[in-house]
Amino acid sequence: MSFLRPTLFRIPVKPASLVAPATVALVTALLILIPFERSNGDTSGVISFLVSFLTFVAIYAIFTLGLNVQWGYSGVFNFGVLGFFMLGAYTAAIVTKEPASGNFTDYIGGFGGDLDLLPWLSSDEWLPHLVGLAAAAGVAGLAALLLAVPTLRLRGDYLAIATIGVAEVLRRVVIEETWLVNGTRGLTGVPRPLGGLVDSSDYKYLLLAICGTFLVLIYLLIERAIRSPWGRVLMALREDEMATEASGKNVFAFKMQSFVMGAAIMGAGGAIYAYASSSLTPEVFTHFFATFLFWAMLILGGSGNNRGAIVGAYVLWGFWTITLQFQSYDLPDLVETRMPYIRELVLGTLIVAVLLVRPAGLLPQRRQVSVWVERQLKRRPPSPSGSSGADVELSSR
Amino acid sequence: MTRLEAKRRSWGDRFLDVRRATDDFLSGGGLLLLIVLFFVWAVIDRRDAVMIGIVEGSILALGAVGLTLVYGVLKFAHFAHGDSMMLSAYCAFLLLSGVVTGSRPGVDAEVLPITVSDLPAASSEIWKFSFGYGLLIAMALSALLTAGVLVLLDRLVYRRLRRRNSGIVIFSIASLGLAIAIRSLVLIVWGPTPRKYTTVVRQNIHLPFDTTILADQLFIIAAAITVTALAYVLLFRTKLGKAMRAVADNPELARISGIKTELVIVLTWALAGALVAVAGVLLALQAQLDPQLGFVLLLPLFAAAILGGVGNPQGAFFGGMIVGVVQAVVVTFDFLSPGYKFSVAFVILILILLIRPRGLFGAKL
Repeated sequence: MSFLRPTLFRIPVKPASLVAPATVALVTALLILIPFERSNGDTSGVISFLVSFLTFVAIYAIFTLGLNVQWGYSGVFNFGVLGFFMLGAYTAAIVTKEPASGNFTDYIGGFGGDLDLLPWLSSDEWLPHLVGLAAAAGVAGLAALLLAVPTLRLRGDYLAIATIGVAEVLRRVVIEETWLVNGTRGLTGVPRPLGGLVDSSDYKYLLLAICGTFLVLIYLLIERAIRSPWGRVLMALREDEMATEASGKNVFAFKMQSFVMGAAIMGAGGAIYAYASSSLTPEVFTHFFATFLFWAMLILGGSGNNRGAIVGAYVLWGFWTITLQFQSYDLPDLVETRMPYIRELVLGTLIVAVLLVRPAGLLPQRRQVSVWVERQLKRRPPSPSGSSGADVELSSR
Repeated sequence: MTRLEAKRRSWGDRFLDVRRATDDFLSGGGLLLLIVLFFVWAVIDRRDAVMIGIVEGSILALGAVGLTLVYGVLKFAHFAHGDSMMLSAYCAFLLLSGVVTGSRPGVDAEVLPITVSDLPAASSEIWKFSFGYGLLIAMALSALLTAGVLVLLDRLVYRRLRRRNSGIVIFSIASLGLAIAIRSLVLIVWGPTPRKYTTVVRQNIHLPFDTTILADQLFIIAAAITVTALAYVLLFRTKLGKAMRAVADNPELARISGIKTELVIVLTWALAGALVAVAGVLLALQAQLDPQLGFVLLLPLFAAAILGGVGNPQGAFFGGMIVGVVQAVVVTFDFLSPGYKFSVAFVILILILLIRPRGLFGAKL
């Protein structure tokens, strides 16, 4: 039965390596230097480029965090991020938009106007968006719940296949059912949160602040949950399901909770994506972009480490953006016309290479015990033989 | 929940045992009955759709047999299966025409100095088919190539993961990465535009019971059945097949008994590669070559493999046929658009996972 026990996460605690900081530094340097060179030293252009880049890093990091809850912490196997992404994005869009009108638009919902409940706080600028966000998380979580009932008790890879299926079916539904969310014509003009409060040229900074705030909130939420007794059960069942069950934990319920929580986070990420990009078309939602990219980010950054997930999102989206910049250089036709595919090839091989060479990712998982123990350790400095920071040694206790 | 005193089992327990046994019979037998009823109705009411379903089903069946072999012997879901299928179909295309996309999309370049079509009369049509014997040679060569590629990937990737004793899900993630890599390679070499083997007009054949079928489709069905029969003989009538089944059953026990498990694994990949290559070429005969198809094909392939019972090749064959026919018949319903074809496979998958996760015919190799 040896193959049933994953060993990916049983990594001995190693001293901090320089690979992660070096990679981040390299990507950052390229991200500043290439636009700087392309725009002939126009600093404001570089800054607005970086702001929009960081906005999307924040959004994609939310998805990677959601995936980390599922795969990194509980070993639940979701290859259908696309499905929850789409559910969240479209739910948020139809909640915040005005009802459909005109010849070539047709979609359900459109509650934007009805949600201006607190006019003295100019609630039309933020209340529909918050409701949309909650609805997106709720719908995605509900879909995860429905999907998990038949599949979560079975082998892990059955769930993976089922999630691919859900993603594909949802993609088809969006394309075929034109009355639902306007089919391939897509939804445009999703209202932007707090859009009327600042000048449109400065809006990108506000958007970055909003996306960053949500990323931080979700990060803190997951960190807190993972350090609780609940999180410890998740990590235990990831390592050894049978042993966890034998200690009296309802494995199915815990897996279900983490799957639903991860999906809800992805739904929320989808909502924020809809607000930030303000238009949704089914062509964007490919399996590659909306599922595989997040997996690559998580694997590269380090499964089971929330900071790793964010770093992975930063590095990979940085790679993505840099290769887009390359396209503006004079490349031979042979390379230039194939740039998107070369990028995919690099990502596909990268994920395999990371699994083979550095399975723990850039930032390996840290040993996390509990908030309580860490607090105790901070109060009483550890003995000289103990390690520092979050790598807590429990053996003396 | 094992009980130590077997004699003193309560009536409640005995009732549960009987109920479990009947449940099992009802779910398996009941499902089969439903499927048979569906088939009878479909044959009476939608004969053309059933014919298309059988053609597509035999392609799926071939792919699913390879998938279930890998699943049975190596115990992981091989997500690169659909894309390997596309790769092999494109390899056959290259061997037939020597064409790849040139420096600009839409401009083709010939790269092979000599192709299969250069053989004397290789592309003159046999009987009513749209192809000559060149296609058969290309198919065989592509089978060899694909088998080689899968074995190479095993040596490069999966064997290292095996040595590190990685969990099955790590294998699956690696295979997903390889799926993306293979697909992008196909896109780099042949471009995103769909391609065809020939542009010859296809001929119809009239079959009894008032049905018509393309000659090529008849070839697809015949080839799929022949290749599956060969695989069956290999698995159940040779020593190699016995070794394969032993490794699938219990790798450690097989190793102790003197079976070279690594060799068996290599041969499993080779066999799966050959099967997937034939399936890919037949798929390209039925539809056109499209690089995006590989990933979406995973759904019906896995539905077929799980429907037939994971690791059960005969089951996978019938599973593929069932999925193919149900897909083709269901999309003729008025309320469903043809775009939902692969969604039907997903519904079948969820139903089988709900009612009978070990498949209609039980999981075994």
